Formats: sequence, structure tokens, C-alpha cells
Amino acid sequence: MQFPILSVLIFIPLLAGIVLLMVPAQRKDWIRGIALGSAAVVLVLSVAVYALYDVAQAGYQFVETAPWVPALGIQYHVGVDGLSLPLILLSGLVVFTGVLVSWHVDERPREFFSYLMFLGSSVLGVFASLDLFQLFFFFELAVFPKYLMIILWGSPKTREYGGMKLTLFLFAGSVLALVGALAIYFGSGLRTFDMLVLEKAGFPIAFQQLWFPFLFLGFGVLSGIFPFHSWAPDGHVAAPTAVSMLLAGVEMKVGAFAALRVAIMLLPDGARFWAPAVLVLATINVVYGALIALIQSDFKYVIGFSSVSHMGLVLIGFACLNHDSLLGAGMQMFSHGIMTALFFSVVGMVYDRTHTRELSQLGGLVQKMPWAAVGFIIAGLVSMGMPGFSGFVAEFPIFMGAWRTAPLVAIIAILGVVVTAGYILLVVRRVFFGELPKQFQNIPDITWMDKLAIGLLAAFMIGLGWFPSLMTSVLQPGVQNILGLLGG
Amino acid sequence: MMTVPLGDMLLKILPELGLLVLAAVLLTLDLLWRSRRCRFLGWIAAGGGAVVILLSLLFARPGPEPLLLWGGMMRLDSTGFVFRMLFVTGMAITALFATENEGICEHGEFFTLLVISTLGMTLMASVVDLIMIYLAFETASIPLYALAGFLIRDKKSVESGVKYLLFGAMTSAVMLYGFSLLYGFTGSTNLYEIGAQLSAGQLPAGLAVLTALLVTVGFAFKVSAAPLHFWAPDVYEGAPTSVAGFLSTASKAAGFAVLLRVLLVVYPALSSLWTGLIAALAVASMVVGNLQALNQKNIKRLLAYSSIAQAGTILIGAAAQSDFGVTATMYYLMAYLVTNLAAFGVVMVVGRAVGSDEISAYAGLSRRSPGTALILLAVLLSLGGIPPFAGFIGKLLVFGAAVEANMAWLAVVGVVNSVAALYYYLRVLKVVYLDRAENETQPLNMTSAWKAALVGCVVLVVVLGVLVSPFYTWASQAAASLIVY
Repeated sequence: MQFPILSVLIFIPLLAGIVLLMVPAQRKDWIRGIALGSAAVVLVLSVAVYALYDVAQAGYQFVETAPWVPALGIQYHVGVDGLSLPLILLSGLVVFTGVLVSWHVDERPREFFSYLMFLGSSVLGVFASLDLFQLFFFFELAVFPKYLMIILWGSPKTREYGGMKLTLFLFAGSVLALVGALAIYFGSGLRTFDMLVLEKAGFPIAFQQLWFPFLFLGFGVLSGIFPFHSWAPDGHVAAPTAVSMLLAGVEMKVGAFAALRVAIMLLPDGARFWAPAVLVLATINVVYGALIALIQSDFKYVIGFSSVSHMGLVLIGFACLNHDSLLGAGMQMFSHGIMTALFFSVVGMVYDRTHTRELSQLGGLVQKMPWAAVGFIIAGLVSMGMPGFSGFVAEFPIFMGAWRTAPLVAIIAILGVVVTAGYILLVVRRVFFGELPKQFQNIPDITWMDKLAIGLLAAFMIGLGWFPSLMTSVLQPGVQNILGLLGG
Repeated sequence: MMTVPLGDMLLKILPELGLLVLAAVLLTLDLLWRSRRCRFLGWIAAGGGAVVILLSLLFARPGPEPLLLWGGMMRLDSTGFVFRMLFVTGMAITALFATENEGICEHGEFFTLLVISTLGMTLMASVVDLIMIYLAFETASIPLYALAGFLIRDKKSVESGVKYLLFGAMTSAVMLYGFSLLYGFTGSTNLYEIGAQLSAGQLPAGLAVLTALLVTVGFAFKVSAAPLHFWAPDVYEGAPTSVAGFLSTASKAAGFAVLLRVLLVVYPALSSLWTGLIAALAVASMVVGNLQALNQKNIKRLLAYSSIAQAGTILIGAAAQSDFGVTATMYYLMAYLVTNLAAFGVVMVVGRAVGSDEISAYAGLSRRSPGTALILLAVLLSLGGIPPFAGFIGKLLVFGAAVEANMAWLAVVGVVNSVAALYYYLRVLKVVYLDRAENETQPLNMTSAWKAALVGCVVLVVVLGVLVSPFYTWASQAAASLIVY
């Protein structure tokens, strides 16, 4: 039997989370050690899965199945293809760097790292799921760690509001999607939750048109689709740094991925029918998100709204339903994930030292924390879609695909990118350049762990910018698979 | 009809006889021991429950074909079997929670009443004759009236008992009127014969509808569905906490047992009317329960309204009137039983430590006792329908039943309500985890009985939420055997 690498990947953080809860609370060094150790294992395994995936063979690999509830057609079924693979890698990276930048969490670290591990297990579980029930199981597993982490370690002013809003929005979306999934289950008449079987069920067109919105919007809430995006900035801002990184970096991709995997791939005719509507919403996402980001006075809200804007590009990529756009969307999910994780980690580092997020009070920080400044600028360049960085190789195919299907959307969305350049440059200038306020004369530089996190994330953004084929080659077969479903 | 020898028939009701013996033993021991060794009574009741479960596994296991016993009064089938497991488990856990409680311990008849009520419930789930149903109904209810008012020095408890009694007497009278009409027009008290006559159109449709409405009153009271829910918050608040837990779980499940049987056996001819009626009750209960729960300050009242809303969610499964719907209802009831018992268990433990049932008294609980806080987290999330806890599977199945029966609208109503419900569950968790209190360094007193009961419940909550398969098989067998004649 082959080594069950995906199961190990999913269950190591889960196990670590449970073990952590049993460690005596005062052994903070053990707690951090266990968290870092398991996060490192997750990172190594996620890189290994990525490296070991056989591109020539394509399709779903590392597949494992085990019976779960046979009477209902539920099984434990994991496997990865070209689309989920970059997201597995993304999860590994963000969980690891999330632990690194949270090293100094001193308030109940045991619970903090335990919940962080549960969150990691949840996202990995969703990305690897090939069974619809199992996908929901892992999807909703994230509810309580998210809520508790935001209210316990979030920023005191808004954490109760932000945490509750985020949790209820996402829960509402996921239960709505659950009804859609149940409709698929019963509508297929196959009595199975296996998505590979359901893909071939051949649902009637009217059925697909009816249920597609349930699934796409239900999951889409988590990807920040307009007009259900408002949880995102509020939640991200309220959350502690590592959770903002995971929420914006990975969880939003969970939403987008599930919308693609379930709504588009199981109901392709429904997707084609609703694509124009999705395009309209997604375009609003891009432009509106960017414009709102431009007028924020709070450092973290800028990044929060930039996520709304960038996720709009992913959704445009989905809704154009052609080869280039889907490829770009796949790249953008990964690229935005590490980019926004880097953004939020730098925001957190700045806040921890200056205790303010007001842009008007910050300035000149490049003198005090050059690494953070460089990291932020790199992420900013990715955000603007500069060539040589991962943002360019992700956004370019999306616009190419959009130009072919919906040129107007491409033109309007390009405006969003222009505005993005505006708010990024604005923030960089306000925070890192100009005069250093007096009260920040003595703030310390960031720790070497912070630097490691920044360096790791930045390396992937630059590496991908120069060698996009490392990812396109993997994504290619996944995209072909979707196109096959759409065509047939 | 196949005749069964007397010895065999006795064997098949051995669990019920066992409960009777247990009740007698408890009463005798209470007389002998007075209050000296009263803390053993709870353990004995729980142990007796385990023996009864063993007895029914060994001797009263239903075969693949349902069997009529005692002149057609009782029916040995999976439905009765699974419900019996449910009730006895609930009884055992409640008995453990009740041990070493002041005001209960010295009065050992508490446990006797509890066991007799459980006996009534097991009969409710397995009898198929109108007269027996009524008798079982009252056998289950009357001890509960006494239990709700058990703390005679506590005004609230007495008020709770009286209120429960008055409400119960009224609704059961209405139900009895429905029964009498059914008997008067069909000349039979056997559910299956009445059902056959109704299907053959022996009864004018209007009358059939009238009887349906009348008997529903009794069942809706038992399951605390709106608009017959008014008693629940006051009774739960006043009754001893362990009794409130029992009322909201086992007693509610017993109501569902009769409801399902009567619904599917007597009224298949009126299925569309029933569907409408049950769906209306479901929507009303969910909306009323959740809206009222939103701003409760007292945890027992919050749980009372939440249990009204939960009854509404379970009714979705009944409204579907399908094999799958009944399975979903059964599974939800199992999940709900262990979850809600644990919830009331935590309320009792905390209530005794801080002397208050206000939600604000839960501040600092996560620092004071991380284990108890974790248990509360698990049960509240299970009530909210979040994996990996039992409530998630229950919710999934119930919504599935609605979708399968082409009532997706009902599932969507359920979705909206489950979001509202999650809000107030999270609000409690917020107090538990975020808010600080002065007493948070004092440890929480826990007896071994409470620990055993709480841990047992939570293990079951997780097992029902993750393992699923064996319990699902039980539920679906119970559903299948309910419908075949």
C-alpha cells in the first residue's frame, strides 16, 4: 500500500490540535514547539505532494478511499488534481508562516495554536476532498476555531462584532450550499456523495439552473463575492494576524475552490447559464473593492478590501469558463493567497510595534523595519500585477480569457488594477516612507522568525513570477478536466 | 395473526419488567437507607438502566418481521427497540446528574418516579392501541409533573410543576377526545385497523381531519412545538435542572415516537394534510423558538426556547413523511438527546458552583474549568449543527428529507433559522471564553457521577457526529419497521 500522504497531511494538524489542548497551559515552550513542529511537517508534506504529483499522468492522484457511511453513499475519499495541488501547497505555507509570526502570542498560547491547527486541518481537508459530504464536514469544521480565535485574540474594539458577523455570514452560506448539495444528492438518484460519480450524473438543464445559485453563492460568500463580501474586511481586520493570514490567504480560496469544484464542475450547464450574472458581480468586486480600499484610513482595512478586489479576479476567471481564464484563476488563487498572507503579516508586525493602524499616524518605518518594508513592497508589486512577480502571471491569463469572452468586463476590471496601484503606492508611502514620528524612534526591528516568514512567502511570489511553468504545468491538466466537463 | 406463547411474550417485555423491578428496588432502598447512602441511588438507577439495555439486547430484540404481542396491544419492532434505548440512556444520564443534589438526594423517590416515567415512555414507543397509548402517555407524564415540582421549598419549582400539570392535563384531554372520536367512528382501538378503515374511506374526510387536529394537540404539547410551547420556558426554568434536561430530551423523543407512529399508521390517507400541518408546526416552532431565544438572559430559558426551535427542526423530518424523513427524525433525536442532556448537565454543574443560571454567570468559565468549557463548546456547536458533532449529521439528514420530499422551501426556512440559532449559541460561548470574572481561579466542584455523565454524553456526541454508520443503520431500521403492517 502506498503511503497515505494526504491523510497524514490532514490529520497531523488535527491531532496536534487535540494534543495541544492536553498540554499543561504553563508549558509554553512545549506548546510552541508542538505547533511549530507539526506546522513544519505540514509544510514539508505539502511541498512533497506538489513535487511528487505526476504531471504526465494527470488526473486525481494520491487517492485514498475508506467506507464511512455506506448506507448513505458517503465515503472518506481524498485525492488531488492540478487545481487543488497549488492550494494544498498554499495551506502548508500559510499555516507554517502563521505559526512563525504568532510566536509571541502570550495570551493563552495553548488554545491559540490548537485552534490554528484545527483551522489548518479544515482547509487541507476541503482541498483534498473528493466526497461532497466530507467536503462539508471539513468546511464547517472551521466554524468554531475561526470564531473563537477572532473574539479571543482579535483587536479589542471590533472583535466581537467582526467575529460574529464573519461566522454567521459564512455559516449561512455554507448551509445554503448544503441544501444545494442535498438537492444534487437526491436529484442524481445515485445516492452517492462521490463527486467523481456525480460529475457524470448528467443533471437536466432546468435542475442545474435552479440549484447552481445555491451552491455558487453559498460557497461564494466565503470567497467574498459581492454583495456578500462585507464580512471579509470586518472579519479580517478584527482577527489576530495569523488568522487574518489564514482567512484571507486560504479560507477565501476554500470558498472559491468549493464553488468551482462543486457548483461549476457538478453543474456545468448551470454555470454557463449564470456566468453573465457572476461576471457582473465579480466585476463589481474588483472595482468596488479597490475603490473602497483607496479611501480607507486604517492600514488593515486597505488590505481587507484589497482581498475583496482580488478575489473578484478569481471569480471573473471562473465565470469566463475558458482555458486561459481558468488557468489564471488557478494561479491567482495561489498568488493572492501568499500575497495577502504577507500583507497581513506585515500589518500585524507594524501594529505590534506601533500600536496603531491609522495611516495618518504612521510613517518612515523603513528605517526601523526594513525587512517588513521590502516584504510589503514585494507583495504590493504582486498586487499591482507587475511582471516578474506572481501577480502578473496570474492576472494576465485572466484578462486574456476575459477579453475573449467578455471584453467589456476585461476593460472595466483593468480599471480596478489601476486603482490597486494607487492604493498600494499610497499605503507604502504613508507607512514606510516620509518622516518617522517621534514616538516610534525606539521601536525594535522584527524578529528573525518574522523575517523567515516574509522571506519564504516573498520567495514563492518571485519564483512563480519568473518560472510560472512550475505551476501552469500542474494546473493545465486540472483545467483540461474542467473544460471536458463543460464541453460534455 | 401468529400466536406467541406466554413465556415468550413475557420475555419480550422483560426490559419493561426490569424497569418496574428497578423502580421497586429504588423505593425499597430509599426506605432502608433513608438519606444516609442516598448518593448510591443515582448510580443504582444508572446501573439498572444499563441492565435494562442489556436485557433488551438479549431478549427483546425485534426480528426482521414486526411481531404483535398481548392481543395486539404491543408491537415488537425496531422502532420501539431504538426508542427504548434512547429513553433508558436518557434516564441513566439524568439519574447520574441528579445524584448528590441537595433536595433530591434525601428524597429517593425521585429516582423511582424517573424510572416509572421512563417505563411509560418505552411503552409509548411500542404500543399500537389507543387505550394503551393513552395509558402509557399518562404513565410517562404524571411522574414528570411531580418531578418538575420536586423542590417543594422552591416556589419556582412548585409553580413549574403545577403549570406543567395543568397544561398537560388540558392537552391530554383534548387528545383523548380525538381518540374517542376515532374509536367511535371506526369501532376499533388498534392503530393499524383504524388506519385501514381511514384509507378505505370509512370516515368522512372532515371528521378525519378533526381527529387529526385533536390528537396533534397532545403530541405537540409533548414535543413542545409552537403554538403549544408556552409551558416549556417556565417549567424548564423552575424545575430541577436534571429534570429539565430529561423533559427536553427523553420526554420530547417519546412525543415524537407516538407522533410518528400515529401519523404514518393512522393517517396515510390524509398525508397531504398532515404534511401541511406538521410543516406549519415546524416553521412556527423554529421561528418562535429562535426569535425568543435571541435575547434570553437566563441559560435555562435560552435552552428552553432553543429546544422549542429544535423540535421544529426535527418536525421537518416528520413532515417529509418518507422513509428517509423518519430515519432523519430518529437520528436527530438520538443526537439531540445526548447533546441536550449534556447541555443541561453543564448548566447544573455551573449553576451549583456559582448559584445562578444567568448567562453572565458563565464569564470566566474557560479559565476556571477548561474541560467544562470545552464540553459546553461541543454541545452548543452540536445544537448549532456544526461538525464534528452529532447535530451536524442530524441537520444534514433532516434537511435532506425535506429536499427529497420536494419541500426545499422548508429546508431553506431551516437554514435561515439555523443561522439565527448559531448566533445565540455563539453568544453564550463568547461569555464563556472571552468575558472575565472574579471567581475564575476557583476550581469547579465536580462529583464522579457528574463527570461520568458529562464525559459519556460528549463521547456520544462526537461518535454520533463522526462514526455515524451504526446509528444510521439503527435509525433506518426503525423507520422501515414503522411503516410495514
